[in-house]
Amino acid sequence: MAANNYRHALFCAIVTLIISFPILGFNLEAKGVNIELTGAKTSTIVAVILAAVAVFVFQAYRDSFMGLLGKLPKLNPLAGREPMEQSKRVKLESWVLTGIVVLALFWPFVVSRGSVDLATLVLIYIMLALGLNVVVGLAGLLDLGYVAFYAVGAYTFALLSQYTGISFWMALPIGALLAGLTGMILGFPVLRLRGDYLAIVTLGFGEIIRILLNNWTTLTGGPNGIGGIPEPTLFGMEFGRRIKEEGNTSFHETFGIAYSGEHKVIFLYLIALVLAVITALIIRRFMRMPVGRAWEALREDEIAARSLGLSRTAVKLSAFTIGAFFAGFAGTVFASKQGFISPESFVFLESAIILAIVVLGGMGSQLGVILAAIAVTILPELAREFSEYRMLIFGAAMVLMMVWRPQGLLPMRRIHITLNKQG
Amino acid sequence: MSMLVLEDVHTHYGKIEALHGVSVEVNKGEIVSLIGANGAGKTTLLMTVCGMPQASSGRIFLEGRDITNEPTAQIMRSGLAIVPEGRRIFSGLTVEENLHMGGFFNNKTEIRKSQAHVYELFPRLKEREHQRAGTMSGGEQQMLAIGRALMSRPNMIILDEPSLGLAPLIIQQIFEIIGHLRDEGITVFLVEQNAHQALHLADRGYVLETGKIRLHDTGKNLLANPDVQNAYLGG
Repeated sequence: MAANNYRHALFCAIVTLIISFPILGFNLEAKGVNIELTGAKTSTIVAVILAAVAVFVFQAYRDSFMGLLGKLPKLNPLAGREPMEQSKRVKLESWVLTGIVVLALFWPFVVSRGSVDLATLVLIYIMLALGLNVVVGLAGLLDLGYVAFYAVGAYTFALLSQYTGISFWMALPIGALLAGLTGMILGFPVLRLRGDYLAIVTLGFGEIIRILLNNWTTLTGGPNGIGGIPEPTLFGMEFGRRIKEEGNTSFHETFGIAYSGEHKVIFLYLIALVLAVITALIIRRFMRMPVGRAWEALREDEIAARSLGLSRTAVKLSAFTIGAFFAGFAGTVFASKQGFISPESFVFLESAIILAIVVLGGMGSQLGVILAAIAVTILPELAREFSEYRMLIFGAAMVLMMVWRPQGLLPMRRIHITLNKQG
Repeated sequence: MSMLVLEDVHTHYGKIEALHGVSVEVNKGEIVSLIGANGAGKTTLLMTVCGMPQASSGRIFLEGRDITNEPTAQIMRSGLAIVPEGRRIFSGLTVEENLHMGGFFNNKTEIRKSQAHVYELFPRLKEREHQRAGTMSGGEQQMLAIGRALMSRPNMIILDEPSLGLAPLIIQQIFEIIGHLRDEGITVFLVEQNAHQALHLADRGYVLETGKIRLHDTGKNLLANPDVQNAYLGG
């Protein structure tokens, strides 16, 4: 047992050395036209060796470390309490949510412009994650190309505004509907596939859309992207210093206040907030409707669901379409917020991050997904001080999260047990 | 009056033929048992009735309607319900939610009525109403599977191995319930490995062997048949 432990620890330490030495132990330096390979500083090498020793010690005494960690989760103050009654919990949850929304409404007026901007991005991710939550969390369809529908929404607005001068408010439903339609069309041939196969096919579709946008230069401008996407207006009032479109008035002149760039940012944030709340409410409604139960039933057991007369295609397609619809929603807001979009914004990594949000939040749980969206978007920003290590911290946080809470931050709860009734 | 008729049905899995021309008739209000060894094609026969996979030749009639080429969803919404092999309840949903899934295409009043009826048949399910279905015992899960199938108020119910992996006492209960269903006027098509009890209960029985019907008689006669006794009743 003990000898085995040490052998394992030694092995791990050697692996650490093998991995880190070539990466950190050598430097490539440009000397004139040539590149020269030099050894790293002694301090780096010492650090690498120390790291290997640390790995060895941890692995060798792993059991006792983990035992100590096992005693930690006492942190949860609610651990000993009995689960709250269902009706009470639902009430409390809706109060908390209303409170958060009200706070979020006033919040942008007290904080800096940068954080409002970041919060808008968070809200866009919340919309995306709530949409994907329907597809992955509820219907159990692993969709790795979700970003495609996001792109459809964004590009719909960008292209329509470029060619027809359409406003944000007109583009919002059109973008969402078009994304939903794309979801339906893409969904039809692929939804007979299951699990891994579906994941690969959707991954392919995501890439097809991106590559199409990248190469259809005459229409989309290719990698140059599309700029000059208009910002949303408030009943025909623009937020810019000067009016861009005839017939519109400007916000600061109408209300007789001094022009400030912050108005626009705050307005965009509020729009995103309202749309995110609408998204959450609509999806919540869907979850409680029969179609929501059909999604879950199909996820739990496809054969049983079909044996009850549910049409597999109809149920899956509805989830896929609704998910895509809200991605289009988010895409339109994104295009308007950035003012410029290019295929670069819709790479596979985006799909992966949205999926990570859903998994981290707890599949199927709306509140969990919202919390995870906040965490995943803000964490890399908070870790900015660590500059190049911030993605490392982000990755490590995800790994730890999955080790300790594989069911997600706030897993979907549907248990309302009434025990001991039969006495 | 026949409820379900299979005429010379052949079924293929890819290129392999699993049913070589099976003809079965189930009359209204009957319990018909289908017995057979492992791999005889019992489950294939049931699945063919449900349209997954569809029969490659032959015809299937449900209450006189040709359902051979209908999609599964349509067949399962026309007065037919199945209790699939291995129960296949939705383990993450509560008992009540499982039942509601069974009555998916009915309106609320009908659901409430059928739910009360199911709880009457299985008082145990009432006690477990809000429990997650996956946390119940095998017997309770089987009760739930049957209850879920009854929620759509079917004229005919197909049961695929309802006694699989259950304790003898529970099996006894399940068979009692099946008899009770017939008394309510529901036609029952029962597939079982537990040949003795299945034939005992059945009005008529079929013996399926390697994709063909070998024998067909009343339940009583089959029980007395020496071939059946040797092959399925342990001598």
